[in-house]
Amino acid sequence: MSALATAVLPVSAPAGPRPGPAQAPLPMRLRVEGLSLDYPGDQRVVRATHRVDFQVQPAERFVLLGASGCGKSSLLKAVGGFLAPAEGRILLDDQVIRGPGPDRVAVFQEFDQLPPWKTVLDNVAFPLTASGRLDKAQARARARQWLDRVGLAEFAQAFPHQLSGGMKQRVAIARALAMAPRMLLMDEPFAALDALTRRRMQDELLALWEQERFTLLFVTHSIEEALNVGHRILVLSPHPGRVRAEFNAQGLSPAQRHQLGQHIENLLFER
Amino acid sequence: MTVMPLSPVPAIRPDRVPTLSVTEPAAAAGPAQSRWRGMFASSAWRQLLLLTVLAALWEGAARWADNELLLPTFTAAAQALGRGLWSGELLWRAGISLQLLLQGYLLGVVLALSMTALATASRWGRDLLASLTAMFNPLPAIALLPLALLWFGLGARSLIFVLVHAVLWPLALAASAGFASVPETLRMAGRNYGLTGPRYVWQILLPAALPSVLSGLRVAWAFAWRTLIAAELFFGASSGQGGLGWYIFQNRNELMTDHVFAGLALVILIGWLVERLVFSTVERWTVRRWGMQR
Repeated sequence: MSALATAVLPVSAPAGPRPGPAQAPLPMRLRVEGLSLDYPGDQRVVRATHRVDFQVQPAERFVLLGASGCGKSSLLKAVGGFLAPAEGRILLDDQVIRGPGPDRVAVFQEFDQLPPWKTVLDNVAFPLTASGRLDKAQARARARQWLDRVGLAEFAQAFPHQLSGGMKQRVAIARALAMAPRMLLMDEPFAALDALTRRRMQDELLALWEQERFTLLFVTHSIEEALNVGHRILVLSPHPGRVRAEFNAQGLSPAQRHQLGQHIENLLFER
Repeated sequence: MTVMPLSPVPAIRPDRVPTLSVTEPAAAAGPAQSRWRGMFASSAWRQLLLLTVLAALWEGAARWADNELLLPTFTAAAQALGRGLWSGELLWRAGISLQLLLQGYLLGVVLALSMTALATASRWGRDLLASLTAMFNPLPAIALLPLALLWFGLGARSLIFVLVHAVLWPLALAASAGFASVPETLRMAGRNYGLTGPRYVWQILLPAALPSVLSGLRVAWAFAWRTLIAAELFFGASSGQGGLGWYIFQNRNELMTDHVFAGLALVILIGWLVERLVFSTVERWTVRRWGMQR
């Protein structure tokens, strides 16, 4: 229970450096400070999140977990720059985010994120040329490497509609990682896949992380997926989305992990 | 009340875990259908058969009516068409019509697409385009011909003016509907790579809206062709430079009804050829290959 006590650390206190003997503040890739997000509705403004704080370290796999309506996707869109804050701010490497940019690449749940008129190879190469990073030949060479790494080298000339759902998500992941973004944003990327494929994709994602150590912001509604993918889990409560708790999920024994899962479940289902 | 007897409990059967065979299943060799079988299965043959039946009915009706001024026989019309094509007159007339048509069509397409692209940039542009299409789309382009004659006089410029109208509004309507239905995820993906302005329209919106744009181009083509023939029925008398519509009108005046039918047949034939050769081909190369349309 003592291990859980350190793992289970509600952040009603303002988020800051981890507790402990006087420590230099940890370097942070992403800081979200007092972030409120609004959607203009027909009659009134709908608040998606209310004064949310969290921080992500470089190479951390940070999970936003909650039921639908807790604003987790809105938070991810705000970090992506697609949604402007109503209140608060978002800092990426101490720079305020203004609009979308190729330094934060998103992988969405929907399969139509891949332009259907481009081959798999061009889909991966396209962002590299569109953002002006590489010329066409270099982009294609880099795209080939990445397709090889996600096991889709044979499908380079196929069109997205010829692929299965899991393969499409692999293309989207290869496309995102080929950009070597400062932050990889994933919005329930495996939610539309069957359970077997989802599990395999999670393992593949973790294997890629071992090789690349990218910084990941991962949105999910599955506690199991959060525990499997995350170093750290931010639990959000709905209507509007507020921080319910933030947990460490790194270095837990199977028993502790199970206990943490139970704890999160209780938090999410309490009234 | 009768009670249905319950099925017996299923017998327990042994597990089985076969080793997977290493040999690949026989790979499907070649396309599933041979080319010839594909041709026979296609609807082209059925359509041809139906057309032959219709032509036979026409021939029968014309022989029964026995009045070549009102209804010439199919064979007479076909002969007139053959002679007209052979002598080059019909081809020359069709050439005049098509040349005008292409000018008006291309101008209309460029205008429609740039207006739609501009409409994506601002709310004012979108509202302007919406009200303009709502106003002008129901207005038959041919109704503007008297006005065009007043402004531009008798000649090609008046015809091009009405042609642009025939093309612009239906295409703008289809294109803006297509742009509006581009999935949000695809838009976000495009903006994610830093695409903005014309590059965003050209590289994301336009290809994603291509199914709608293509069907708009099709409708616009049919509208333009109709409008042109109708406009040529009005005039074309200037220095004998009339196109196909004028040919039809002239021959009606001279009561050469078989030539009228030949002219009509050529109008239909050209429309059909463009549909089959141009639009279907473009569709096969693009939206079908990309799985955006069946």
